[in-house]
Amino acid sequence: MTETHAASTAATYEQGDPGRASASGLPAIELAGVAKVFHSGSEVVTAVRAMDLQIVEGEFFSLLGPSGCGKTTTMRMIAGFEEPTSGTVYLHGRDVTGVPPNKRDVNMVFQSYALFPHMNVFDNVAFGLHRKGVAKDEIGRRVNEMLDIVGLTGRGQRRPRELSGGQQQRVALARALVNHPRALLLDEPLGALDLKLRQAMQVELKRIQREVGITFVYVTHDQNEALTMSDRIAVMNDGVIEHLASPREIYEHPATRFVAGFIGTSNVFNGTVARMAGDVAVLEMGASERILVPIGDRAVRAGDTLDVTVRPEKMDISTEQPSGDLCALRGTVTEVVYLGTSTNFSVTTSTGADIVVFQQNSATARDLADRGDSIWLSWQPQHSYPIG
Amino acid sequence: MEQPVLADHPGRVGSRRPRARFGKALAPYLLSLPAGLWLLILFLIPLVVMLSLSLQTCNNATGACVMTWHWGEFWQQLSLYHGQFLNSFYYAGAATIIDLLISFPIAYWIAFYGGNKKNFFLLMLLVPFFVSFIIRTVVWQFILSDQGIILGGLKNAHLLPQSFHVLATGYAVVAGLAYNYLPFTALPLYVAIERIDRRILDAAYDLYATKRDAFLRIILPLTVPGLFAAFLLTFIPQLGDYVNQQVLGGTSNTMIGTVIQNAFLVNLDYAGGSALSAILLAIALIGIFAYSRLLGSRAIEDFL
Repeated sequence: MTETHAASTAATYEQGDPGRASASGLPAIELAGVAKVFHSGSEVVTAVRAMDLQIVEGEFFSLLGPSGCGKTTTMRMIAGFEEPTSGTVYLHGRDVTGVPPNKRDVNMVFQSYALFPHMNVFDNVAFGLHRKGVAKDEIGRRVNEMLDIVGLTGRGQRRPRELSGGQQQRVALARALVNHPRALLLDEPLGALDLKLRQAMQVELKRIQREVGITFVYVTHDQNEALTMSDRIAVMNDGVIEHLASPREIYEHPATRFVAGFIGTSNVFNGTVARMAGDVAVLEMGASERILVPIGDRAVRAGDTLDVTVRPEKMDISTEQPSGDLCALRGTVTEVVYLGTSTNFSVTTSTGADIVVFQQNSATARDLADRGDSIWLSWQPQHSYPIG
Repeated sequence: MEQPVLADHPGRVGSRRPRARFGKALAPYLLSLPAGLWLLILFLIPLVVMLSLSLQTCNNATGACVMTWHWGEFWQQLSLYHGQFLNSFYYAGAATIIDLLISFPIAYWIAFYGGNKKNFFLLMLLVPFFVSFIIRTVVWQFILSDQGIILGGLKNAHLLPQSFHVLATGYAVVAGLAYNYLPFTALPLYVAIERIDRRILDAAYDLYATKRDAFLRIILPLTVPGLFAAFLLTFIPQLGDYVNQQVLGGTSNTMIGTVIQNAFLVNLDYAGGSALSAILLAIALIGIFAYSRLLGSRAIEDFL
């Protein structure tokens, strides 16, 4: 089951479409100028600063960031467990600020699952439906249907503690989804699982989301999880969204230095613009060493300093000086790590920057360099991206 | 190739393993030895002595007892004192219910709203109990006395008739019992409530539960083991208590503890006292067993 879905998931994760509108034309979730300040004793902590955010109906949306960046607080404000200090939360256009969680049509999957230990799986999943006053036979039908979807057919009579971590995870998911919420909020739901299971559950989650068509808002600090599953990602830092875009856009064109560093590995160069060649800035880094940066619609002039980021897998290593309109830097290999599918080179450039280069070990690959070798780094100008 | 290596250490591998295994196997028994001795000397032996005494016949003049297998002693004592047995169950039952009703809100409040002052509140709950049991009970005698600070004032204000009294009634006994055993109810309840994961409550609210739903369907069921422990720790000692009855009660509401105490210390009727104690023990055991079968042990198994 896991393998068959892997391919389709890989195909869909690049389809981020920020402009997609919902059927009703209203965003499923909207935060308007939402801020949250916590007071603990004399200490004042600003968890979320004036955030504007629109989450589209049916999308898989991730809030990604390091711990303490405000992503969980943002989610708890959507769920109703925290009230914003200022700003408004809308669910499908309805102002729900001040509405308690039990009156909001969103459901949450908790980090620790938070299953009811004294109830069996069936009763756990049926809890929300009972509270809503759904008829008994209807409850039975919907709970069993949901247990089928999450792959727990026939486990209804088990107690939560008799299940494995992955199964408990599925119960938590079923318990939330069975209510057909307008949006499902997931707070680092895979954090407690081991790597293999986590990867399998990522694919599962994506499949389930496609199957039920419900808006998923996913909080995680794991960039791979966010990249694998999301239609769009909001990268948060210090209570602010630093970059909101599709996974590909965020990876290829990070908006800030923080995003570049947080998503994947990234090399950052700092240089002074020597001249402009059309909309390409030229940074002279030494004798026949240069970095070419397409600057898009940024206002950059000769003499400005510029931060440039280049992904490690976009760079090439060669022993001879590369020819043509490539970015080129001289460097010395300080470390070579063989990783099977790829080799990982640590290089110190002539300007003193420590950078990382990934080279695929493809069929035609040869041993490029050893530790201590002087080499040339080169890459296509379109892989240089200005940040900051 | 491995042969010479083994030859270098003749017998070493062979002899060390079993000894280590032997010590390992013995360790749990050695560790439980102090507790085992304690139970043997202070619980098991007195229990056997008491049970055997209940079947002996004693010479009141010399105090010497001989085993006569006199089973009739039990029926004799039961027919003499069944009223006092019933009193004990009524009073201990009432006091336990009162304790549970008072303790639950206290424990709930400390566990959920105590914040970082939880330990302080628990200490406040326990402070009165640093004073001796007897003194506390005697103070209640003052408080409840016919012309004391409460009744005296109310009588002077003509809110109560002059003949009204609480002391020497069952109410005073129940009040004393409830007061003296309150911590034994409050602490296990507090532990049980405190242990409830707040995220489970969040999950309940997220799944459309009202405060009432969350209390009845989450908090209360998860507190059952604590309720069971509180019940045992309160009800059983209250059943055999004789101090409260002697200090606060009168002659018409004697509890079985007083009868047993009198049998041993006043009448020197060791056989009778032992028989009464054995009956009390048997009734308590049957009660606990039925109770735990009903809701206790199953629930406890589920949560531990």
